[in-house]
Amino acid sequence: MTQSEWPLWEVFIRSKQGLDHKHVGSLHAADATMAIQNARDVYTRRMEGVSIWVVESKHVHASNPDDAEAFFDPANDKVYRHPTFYDVPDSIKHM
Amino acid sequence: METVEINLEEQFQARIDADIRIEPKDWMPDAYRKTLIRQISQHAHSELVGMLPEGNWITRAPSLKRKSILLSKVQDEAGHGLYLYSAAETLGTTRDQMLADLHSGKAKYSSIFNYPTLSWADMGCVGWLVDGAAILNQVPLCRTSYGPYARAMVRVCKEESFHQRQGFEIMQTLCAGAPVQKEMAQEALNRWWWPTLMMFGPKDADSPNTAQSMNWRIKRFTNDELRQKFVDMMVPQAEFLGLTVPDPTVKWNEERQAYDFGEVNWEEFWNVVKGNGMCNQDRLGARVKAHEEGAWVREAALAHAKKRAQKAAA
Ligand SMILES: [Fe+2]
Ligand SMILES: [Fe+2]
Ligand SMILES: [Fe+2]
Repeated sequence: MTQSEWPLWEVFIRSKQGLDHKHVGSLHAADATMAIQNARDVYTRRMEGVSIWVVESKHVHASNPDDAEAFFDPANDKVYRHPTFYDVPDSIKHM
Repeated sequence: METVEINLEEQFQARIDADIRIEPKDWMPDAYRKTLIRQISQHAHSELVGMLPEGNWITRAPSLKRKSILLSKVQDEAGHGLYLYSAAETLGTTRDQMLADLHSGKAKYSSIFNYPTLSWADMGCVGWLVDGAAILNQVPLCRTSYGPYARAMVRVCKEESFHQRQGFEIMQTLCAGAPVQKEMAQEALNRWWWPTLMMFGPKDADSPNTAQSMNWRIKRFTNDELRQKFVDMMVPQAEFLGLTVPDPTVKWNEERQAYDFGEVNWEEFWNVVKGNGMCNQDRLGARVKAHEEGAWVREAALAHAKKRAQKAAA
């Protein structure tokens, strides 16, 4: 049998001008134009978006969850990257 | 090797117990994956087949307002099906496989949709009771352990409450109308009450998979717990409408702070599950027909996309 299933697309929606596009789910479509139209019908029936991105799922590369611990380890012990690490004297304002 | 496997399972259960969501690429026991694929696809099929009994009334809605509302609701159900199919696909099954299983009768969908919608009041009962029962089932699933399923359910639940309200409003309008309209509402309630109670599935004692599903936090309440909640919610609403639920044993139990109610006809339930309900053949037939008659559209869209891609590359 020839390919019958339409490719899978990941859908990202900007809910409001000024905000990031956020992943909302996926859908099947024959091409990008159809993916955007379907995304409008499936994910924005109640004004949930002002802009849509679609990316064919096969183009998404992801970090490996099995390696998550080691992979994110470099950030794990650097408390000094957070402002709360520093003691600011009470008399100092605006810092 | 064996111990590694056991260790993984223990870690997995520990994450579940800590309410940490499982995501598609995380390790999971085979049985968890299989159970989820079955449950999510079954749920998706229910949304899809669930469009048929209401679709039947779109062209016969009593006013343009009702028609627009019903059309919107049915469109939502198509969306729910899509959210859920997508969630199931993250577990490694394909859309084609799931649809093939639905069409061959291998996969199930909610038995409620194998009952006919005979009058306009049925649109009221479907929204009020059937979507009401669906909401009770679905709200706890927003916290289910599998991330994509939980996220799909959040979206579904946001949309469901309008479904129930529009149904209730249809019932309210009929009940405030002429005596024949009120009779129509009562007659529809008589037919839908028991099948709706069946939507929560077999009694806990006859539901051997419940314990495992609760352990995995795929399920968060038992069938009987949800059924009781439903009765407690619906009896006062029926009273408000001036309707009587068709169960003479329904009675408030002061001690339990809940309504007592009668026994579901389980023979009927299993009979419909096995495919012998009033509309099983009709529903599946309509699904298969739509799928087969749509085949050329799916093929043409692919061919068109290919041609455009080639042109763009040239
Ligand atoms: Fe739905
Ligand atoms: Fe549903
Ligand atoms: Fe619904």
